[in-house]
Amino acid sequence: MTPAASQFKKNATALTADLRHRALIRTALKKYEVVRDDKVSRFQNWQSARQSAAEIKWDAVNHLDTHLVEFARNLEARGTQVHWASNAAQAREIIIGIIQERKAHSIIKSKVMTGEEIHLNDALEKAGFEVVESDLGEYIVQLRHEAPYHFVFPAMHLTRGEISDLFSKELGTAPTDSPEELTMIARRVLRDKYITADIGISGANFGIAETGMISITENEGNARLTCALPKVHIALMGIEKILPKLEDLALFLPMLATAGAGQVMTGYNTMYGGPRQPGEADGPEAFHVVLLDNNRTQLLADAEQRDALHCIRCGGCLNVCPIYKNIGGHAYGATYQGPIGAVITPHLRGLQQWKHLSFASSLCGACTQTCPVKIDLHHHLLQSRRNAIAQKPVWWEKPLFQALAFLFNHAGLFSLGMKLGRIGQVFHPLIKNTGIDPVRAWTRSRELPKVAPQTFREWWQTRK
Amino acid sequence: MKITLFIPCFIDACFPKAGASAVEILERLGHTIDYPKELTCCGQPAFNSGYWEESRTTAIKVLERLKDTEVVVIVSGSCGAMIKNFYPELFAGTEYEEAARSLSAKVYEFSDFLVTKLGVGDLGAQFPHKVTFHDGCHGLRELGIKQQPRKLLAHVRGLELVEMGEAESCCGFGGTFSAKFPMISTAMGENKYGSALETGAEYIVSNDSSCLMHIQGLLDRQGKPLRTIHLAEVLNHRQLPHS
Repeated sequence: MTPAASQFKKNATALTADLRHRALIRTALKKYEVVRDDKVSRFQNWQSARQSAAEIKWDAVNHLDTHLVEFARNLEARGTQVHWASNAAQAREIIIGIIQERKAHSIIKSKVMTGEEIHLNDALEKAGFEVVESDLGEYIVQLRHEAPYHFVFPAMHLTRGEISDLFSKELGTAPTDSPEELTMIARRVLRDKYITADIGISGANFGIAETGMISITENEGNARLTCALPKVHIALMGIEKILPKLEDLALFLPMLATAGAGQVMTGYNTMYGGPRQPGEADGPEAFHVVLLDNNRTQLLADAEQRDALHCIRCGGCLNVCPIYKNIGGHAYGATYQGPIGAVITPHLRGLQQWKHLSFASSLCGACTQTCPVKIDLHHHLLQSRRNAIAQKPVWWEKPLFQALAFLFNHAGLFSLGMKLGRIGQVFHPLIKNTGIDPVRAWTRSRELPKVAPQTFREWWQTRK
Repeated sequence: MKITLFIPCFIDACFPKAGASAVEILERLGHTIDYPKELTCCGQPAFNSGYWEESRTTAIKVLERLKDTEVVVIVSGSCGAMIKNFYPELFAGTEYEEAARSLSAKVYEFSDFLVTKLGVGDLGAQFPHKVTFHDGCHGLRELGIKQQPRKLLAHVRGLELVEMGEAESCCGFGGTFSAKFPMISTAMGENKYGSALETGAEYIVSNDSSCLMHIQGLLDRQGKPLRTIHLAEVLNHRQLPHS
């Protein structure tokens, strides 16, 4: 087992035993489904909206080469500097290079999952810069030195009391149970940071090829301050975030808000088209867009699973996933949690190291059913299983399935097997749920089904 | 109609009453049952575990035996989805592709067959109990079966159907998933039966014995009073003459 796989199993074992944690996350997500369904019902036809969205993203992803070039050309036409990063190290280098060139020190960040993907905060801190997250949830997990628990709701796992304790400890504030007061505490700290920061780093929800703009959608206004107040704005985005046309946002913004958080529209929707232009009074002096590949082109090369690049990171698949709802976001040990994470992480970080995520699914398909851009998520998990096994079968599984195939193809042997099972189950209680029980994975928590006194084929025989 | 009945391995071994009930119901409706006893399994365990080659070994036998049948009924949404949806994918680009597609077109899950193909609703059943229905994921999401079993249950005399909050949530079985990640599988099963218990039902009914096997295994271990029963058994249940 790879280190990532054994860590995952360890986490899953501990977290499924934590009933308080399970109840917390289920309660939080139950509310999500109710408000989401309410907003879905406001679409004239949600299913046809999904179909349109899937088609637009299909075009975007299948013609990524031309859309990206158009996007970069339009950005550059208004003075934006576009950088192409093949991998995480290059992206970090580019960003640190920009900061060093400006002789800058303090950085304010709005939510950027690609930043988590390339471990940007670590790199910035190691390079001697001060980095502050400005999204409230991100700020909270940063104070806790934790990764986001959910790529849309980073601090979803924490109660008000835990956040109050954290603020008391880290910021010296008085304990409070009021969400408004907690928000005001963070706001007071963060307002200063926006004003003094030299650099603002953001992500991008969409990159519009036609106009050369990035679209950021947010509920706190923190991204606007991050992108507008500091002298330099750096946006880091995955190359798959492209939308061909400006009008596509008319579908994608409400869709993202609906699927992601059960909102009609997210609070603040902003387009960033370049640095301060001649004659303009505000905006950053310099605007950099860093386009990140980091193995996305490998996924693009896989015709079967390419649609995983349609993802708009709404997090909807996490919210309905029974696995996520029982183990939570930290168990995965990956930047992108839940079903979409289980699909793309093996592509981004290596199939053999991350294949366990494909197997850690009951293939129930709730994710595929909910995905607004119609990614065939649970079938991709099946395909990844097949690919992983074709590359490297498990030494004992291969002969086992070969033997089973032989057994299944010989009904007489199968009948004999059932008869032996009937004898075996008489003695099984002697070893049940002990170290020598061959089916302990089952019997640790469940009773085994019994071979019936008369099997179906035996019953059939008696009728003839 | 001559109906070929595919009996999945776990129904054959552990839940023969579900299969026998299906036989009796279809025969009462005037159909002839063909039971291909040389078939034992659809090949799904190997398929879901990534061993497509071994899965094909099993599935080829199914394709060959069911080639000349009129219609195939499976008393499981999961095995039904395997043959109907996944065989064409499993055999794509092979000499069996066409056979897989033509079999796919004539395969039905049991409740879907009764309602969609035969157009029946009332089977004359009597089952004086409060029940809740569990939608098996494969039946629900791969085959789109939601109303069919409910329509059949609506005609069962004495039966009260109370929907649980999490009728569409996975029970956590997932085939080999239940053994590879038993802790997650068990947690999911606990949520499932917890939701069923809230309804006050005496039985969890489903059209998939594999889900019920998992849920029953948990209920038995944890000593919960709830029972599980396959839809076919409910639909075949009559009042006993002496009662």
